[in-house]
Amino acid sequence: MIQTWADLWPILPEIGMLLAALALMMLDAFLPTSKRDWMFALSLLTLLIVAFLVCLDFSYAVPQRLMDGLFVRDALGDVLKLFMLLATAIVFVYGRHFFAARRQYFGNFYVLSLFAVLGMMVLVSAGNLVTVYLGLELMALATYTLVALDRDNGIATESAMKYFVLGALASGILLYGMSLLFGVTGSLDLREINQKLIEVAQADQSQIVLMAFALTFIVIGLAFKFGAVPFHMWLPDVYEGAPTAMVAFIASVPKLAAVGMALRLLSEGMYVLQPRWQEMLALLTIGSLLIGNLAALAQYNLKRLLAYSTISHVGFIFLGLLNGQAQGYSAVLFYSIVYALTTAAAFGVIMSFAREGLEFDRIDDFKGLNKRSPWMAFLMLLVMASLAGIPPLVGFWAKLQVIMAAVALGKTFAWLVVIAAICAVIGAFYYLRVIKAMYFDASDVDVQPLASVDVRWVLAANVLLVTVVGIYWAPLADVCNAVFMHR
Amino acid sequence: VVVDSQLLSLLIGLPIAAAIAVLALGEKRAALGKALALLTSLIVLLLALRAWVLFDGSSADMQFVEKAAWVPVFNIFYHVGVDGIALPLILLTAVISALVLIAGWEVIEQKVAQYYASFLVLEGLMIGVFCALDAMLFYVFFEAMLIPMFIIIGVWGGPRRVYASIKFFLYTFLGSIFMLIGLIYLYQKSGGSFAIADWVQLALTKDEQFWLFWAFFLAFAVKIPMFPVHTWLPDAHVEAPTGGSIVLAAIMLKIGGYGFVRFSLPITPDAAASYAYILIALSLIAVIYIGLVALVQSDMKKLVAYSSISHMGFVTLGLFIAYQLAMDARPDTAALALQGGLMQMLSHGFVSAAMFGAIGVLYDRVHSREIAAYGGVLNKMPYFGAFAIFFGMANCGLPGTSGFVGEFMVILAAIQANPWIGFAAATALILGAAYTLWLIKRVFLGPVTNSHVRHLDDLNPREWVLMGTLAIYVLFFGLYPKPLTDVMQPSVERLVAQITSSKLAADASANLSQEIAP
Repeated sequence: MIQTWADLWPILPEIGMLLAALALMMLDAFLPTSKRDWMFALSLLTLLIVAFLVCLDFSYAVPQRLMDGLFVRDALGDVLKLFMLLATAIVFVYGRHFFAARRQYFGNFYVLSLFAVLGMMVLVSAGNLVTVYLGLELMALATYTLVALDRDNGIATESAMKYFVLGALASGILLYGMSLLFGVTGSLDLREINQKLIEVAQADQSQIVLMAFALTFIVIGLAFKFGAVPFHMWLPDVYEGAPTAMVAFIASVPKLAAVGMALRLLSEGMYVLQPRWQEMLALLTIGSLLIGNLAALAQYNLKRLLAYSTISHVGFIFLGLLNGQAQGYSAVLFYSIVYALTTAAAFGVIMSFAREGLEFDRIDDFKGLNKRSPWMAFLMLLVMASLAGIPPLVGFWAKLQVIMAAVALGKTFAWLVVIAAICAVIGAFYYLRVIKAMYFDASDVDVQPLASVDVRWVLAANVLLVTVVGIYWAPLADVCNAVFMHR
Repeated sequence: VVVDSQLLSLLIGLPIAAAIAVLALGEKRAALGKALALLTSLIVLLLALRAWVLFDGSSADMQFVEKAAWVPVFNIFYHVGVDGIALPLILLTAVISALVLIAGWEVIEQKVAQYYASFLVLEGLMIGVFCALDAMLFYVFFEAMLIPMFIIIGVWGGPRRVYASIKFFLYTFLGSIFMLIGLIYLYQKSGGSFAIADWVQLALTKDEQFWLFWAFFLAFAVKIPMFPVHTWLPDAHVEAPTGGSIVLAAIMLKIGGYGFVRFSLPITPDAAASYAYILIALSLIAVIYIGLVALVQSDMKKLVAYSSISHMGFVTLGLFIAYQLAMDARPDTAALALQGGLMQMLSHGFVSAAMFGAIGVLYDRVHSREIAAYGGVLNKMPYFGAFAIFFGMANCGLPGTSGFVGEFMVILAAIQANPWIGFAAATALILGAAYTLWLIKRVFLGPVTNSHVRHLDDLNPREWVLMGTLAIYVLFFGLYPKPLTDVMQPSVERLVAQITSSKLAADASANLSQEIAP
């Protein structure tokens, strides 16, 4: 219960985010055209302050539970929040340039993104099914709107529609699963649900069927949000159709939130059903790895390729998740953080070249990039090699940890490990295609990067982070490990 | 001296740091970058020589060891050191890398800085592979090499470079990813250690060894390469620029052999003993069948590429025939076989580099790799012809050249294991002589048949350095291999002890060691 103002202290970051987003929404409406950069600056400032507020109360110790367990403040949530804020800030820098180069301006890009981040912050701190749903919907509504923001763009509007319809369906399915879960256990609190599930199962064997139903719906809802096969249909269309800045946001930040949601629901709420959801995740893993990688082979549009590559990375995330132990969870946390930052950099490169009338999202656009802009080509090379999982780049260490977690399961899942390994090789091929276009092919057009100095620096720092973390990833691994130490 | 405590780190780090500097200098100051690259490679060579001098050849222990925590959560260490098997390979890498940079000096005209940076990175990573004592560190170096080599083949290569580079990459990647799973399994089995030395001590059941052995096999057989997973190599060698071919043939293939020596032989000795016959058979197929394939090639580079596969067959033959000898309780002969395989690796490093270098000399002038485009080159390029014929002799294993030593040792050991195997291996000498001599006859001897051959100039100073240095090495180690064999001897003896001690059960291994004890 909230007794005093001091009890609100742990949710200060969320409160700050809410107030800032509201203030920025009002500001955007009244801001004169000449001062539009204020929105960008203030949004970044907001992210910075919120990150500071998160850091202020950061602790690996026992979680603090507020408002009867509705909201949990713990290290898992805080780490996810910090990296969500970081990735959002990076996307903001790229996005501002992207819209400027296309002579467009959407103040709501920042506002809606901030609201989406707020939703995700609530989601990853959820201790209760209601909070889960609340955060999820706030995030989802904001992201649907983000995709639809450029309403003169027919393709973007179409993909927003697909995103919305399928997303709403997924939310409905998730909600149905939650209601079944409530029906079985009579509780909405995740920890209590876990307790009750054991008691109910012991008291009445027939309830297990109902539990399995609830679990199935919840896993399907999760798979929709992740974009795991066979619930991936919306993902390639949204990635290809939506403006690149929006895609960069959708592709990177919500993945962190989705991992948070999966950990809350599966490992806290339904840990007793672990053998069941392990099997379900194994199926999702195998589908995502195979379909994602094979479909990516046939793509000519880089955004679409990255969409299918996302699906395959979701496969790897699930591979770690089905471990069901701290080792797997920390591998997944590591993977999603790395994935979010690397993907942001990939879209950052695309956005540095995009301009009015040129999306720069076909692989052919990258032909001969090494000749035109060796530095950008080199950055993209590192990003692609990292996504492909070539050591010593960080993408390799992420894959390594996930595979280690899967190998730890022993013989039962050995086949899954082998398939994951083969898929990693298939995946390398389409990332190599991008490198091949940049380095081996002659260029058709002479497109120089338009990126301004700040974008170049942030992009370089972003890629360098991916590279340096690759060589010295112990600190990040320590953090990911420590998060699950006290659970 | 201060450098001595971090000698290996310097050997690994200097080239990589220099590569970054060369890239930073950019194409506009490529001349400076080239100079910096060459200077660095020469310093690395001096440091490698220093390591050679300081190395205690009477010991089988790892020397110049450096160990620092890298990722404590997973017990991954930056752990490097060399023994008598790794040290000669490091020296080989340093020599060849410096020569490759010289070889490309005037030839490479586009993206010069990137070319030099790629080779420097490659040099650092290859030395790293030979130094790594931590399996994860080994894997990082092993895999990271792919990217610079991919770029080298794809950017500066021939007409089918894209196909060749992607094939090279995917083949090697597919092989090594299964090794990675094996490494992870060993990590878990050993209770959380990535130290190769720990795994050598680790008891493993027959089943475990079976899977691990074949996982390692996939990685290293592709790299070395063995029949039937060799098909990437002719493409990669043919399409790569001269420097790329040299590094591929001289050093990268050796990493496959080195992997067998470091991982397959000591970690899974029982599985290796059980399946040695398969690997011996594959080696013999490589030696004979690939030798026949080399005979019919019309492209010089392809011919030398196939000859490389055939020569690598001797390496794997030497490594795995040792099991048969060890089982027959003849550890001395087993040591001879192992040493022969290792000598063959080193010798082939120099000889194949020389062969590809010689083809590069011709290609730079005529821009054709077809044998038919030449004829009577000796008339116009007497010095070069003399070098080329000398290297050709070394390639067919003429006594007095380094090519003879390793092949002789392997055949000698093979005959003792099984005369038929020895006989089959010895036919390779005839085949080798056939394709090499025929190549020399068609390219160098006889009257001048093609008009462009008439306008050829003899070697320039740069090419003199390249050819001359390699000739000295080939001749020196052919006449006096003792420095190499002495350095290797203790490490090889330890390796024989490792491959003869079964890991299956304590009592079984006791029986076996009783049998082997003299």
